[in-house]
Amino acid sequence: MTEQLQVPSAEFRSYYGRPILKVTHWKEPNLPAYLVLGELSGALAMVGAVAHATGRRSLARTARLGSAVAAYGGGALLAAELGRPERFLNMLRVAKPTSPMSMGSWVLAAHSGLISAAAATEVTGLLPGLGAAAGAASAMTGPALATYPGVLLANTAVPAWHSSYRELPLLFAGGGMTAAGAAGLAASALRADRADFDAARRLAIVGALVESAAGYGLEVKPGPEGEVYRSGEGARMLTAARYLTLGGGIAALAARRSRAAALVSAALLAGGGYCAKAAVLRAGKESAADPRYVVESQLRDAGSG
Amino acid sequence: MRKEGSAISNSLYGPLDDVAGNAGYTGHPQRVGFFTDTTVCIGCKACEVACKEWNGLPDTDPDVLQLTGMSYDNTGALGADSWRHVAFIEQAAPVPHVHADGDGAGEDAATRWLMASDVCKHCTHAACLDVCPTGALVRTEFGTVIVQPDVCNGCAYCVSACPFGVIDRREDDGRAWKCTMCYDRLRGGLEPACAKACPTDSIQFGPLDELRAVASQRLAELHAAGEAGARLYGADPEDGVGGAGAFFLLLDEPEVYGLPPDPVVTTRDLPQMWRWAGAAAGVLAVGVAIAFAGARR
Repeated sequence: MTEQLQVPSAEFRSYYGRPILKVTHWKEPNLPAYLVLGELSGALAMVGAVAHATGRRSLARTARLGSAVAAYGGGALLAAELGRPERFLNMLRVAKPTSPMSMGSWVLAAHSGLISAAAATEVTGLLPGLGAAAGAASAMTGPALATYPGVLLANTAVPAWHSSYRELPLLFAGGGMTAAGAAGLAASALRADRADFDAARRLAIVGALVESAAGYGLEVKPGPEGEVYRSGEGARMLTAARYLTLGGGIAALAARRSRAAALVSAALLAGGGYCAKAAVLRAGKESAADPRYVVESQLRDAGSG
Repeated sequence: MRKEGSAISNSLYGPLDDVAGNAGYTGHPQRVGFFTDTTVCIGCKACEVACKEWNGLPDTDPDVLQLTGMSYDNTGALGADSWRHVAFIEQAAPVPHVHADGDGAGEDAATRWLMASDVCKHCTHAACLDVCPTGALVRTEFGTVIVQPDVCNGCAYCVSACPFGVIDRREDDGRAWKCTMCYDRLRGGLEPACAKACPTDSIQFGPLDELRAVASQRLAELHAAGEAGARLYGADPEDGVGGAGAFFLLLDEPEVYGLPPDPVVTTRDLPQMWRWAGAAAGVLAVGVAIAFAGARR
């Protein structure tokens, strides 16, 4: 044997620095906007169910109508992301537990149907029993619709996404609360309707805390997977998201007396929610485009396993 | 007929003896694959050409007809229109004297060329297939993985799921494409075009079990000849994708060839991911309830 003992290379090696992974075709603003609308629709369905149960008739109607509109808007954005939008319905050709996108499509379809039925009853007053049942069921599909994209993104080879399967669903749950809270604040302020103002305010504040905490969780993630949340395009967006969301939460605290503060809070929260999703998309693209993230994380995992 | 619910955890990860059977086939042919022995690759790119010709692949890759500056590699990477890709690596590598009448033992400074024809791995646990929401990606009776172009709606989920960066969406066409291991030729009893065209038998096609045996023997020969860097890549059923249907004999670390060092099928962690999403959905529901519980009306 003429075996040579080679010192392991300290710097990572690659094929001309070319990406190992393909960078996603999903793009801004479609994907982040879809995520925001899904969260919004899901959280508003939950709000509608709670409002219905506690006798807030006006709020239940507004929330369910808003939820239905957001669900259809999200569906349209989803179709727009396809290479063959005319084949959108192929999503419902099979039901595949191993595909979060298949499961998500079914959740979106079920949720859209349920919330549409509930909203139709709210508007027309017809079939109240059926409408109420659909509305109650949408309280199950709503949170699922809001948080499943965490699994959708995590169940990929993209280092910044796969490693974040704990934080991403929480980010989207918080985003659902801030989106619904922002919608409530804006609606109350514009209509000068104080009836459910306090609930919207509280929802916005709780959501801002959850969303910021999840964002912080991404940022402090150790290793190469966390790097793209600490520096670069994704990190800049994530920082912007934090300032907007926390600012929106603080404005919500102050919104007790001021309609202007309520509107400012709603705008900041909506912007923060969008930026957080855009940050995740950008971080994912960066971590897929640079082979260093793939090689370093895999060598570390192989070494520890 | 599909066998639902049978050993679901094993279907997501780990060794799997009968991959076509696991997908629901009965009385299916043996699992076939590629063994690409890069030590005898001469970089002729006949595989790339044969693949393009047989499969009628367009040359719409932006990299095509451009000079990349990456040695003789102007294909760049596998993609929607390149289902074989020959990598060229030029390394400064000292070589031992081979002259019988040389002036004693020693080493000469030299450049060595690594050439390797990359291809879809046709994984035992294929992430692209797992995540495909339409059922366009399917397991064939040969144990390979193909896209059905008449079903694919171009969602591009497979593109991000593949740990090898193989499958991609063709932009003008909107659908995802990748190597089919020449499914049409297999159905007709022929070997895939790339293997047929390879002049040095660097690309070997056959039943996977036989190829693995051939590869082990070849590896032992190389080690015996002092080629310490020789290693098999993708041949181990215990690896992160349950072993690849297309595996390789390499002379350096996988990342040098543009391959991930230790790929894992993303679906391995799927049950855990759903649990965290379920918990987050609970947080959302509880958060809304809390907001309303103490709210003034």
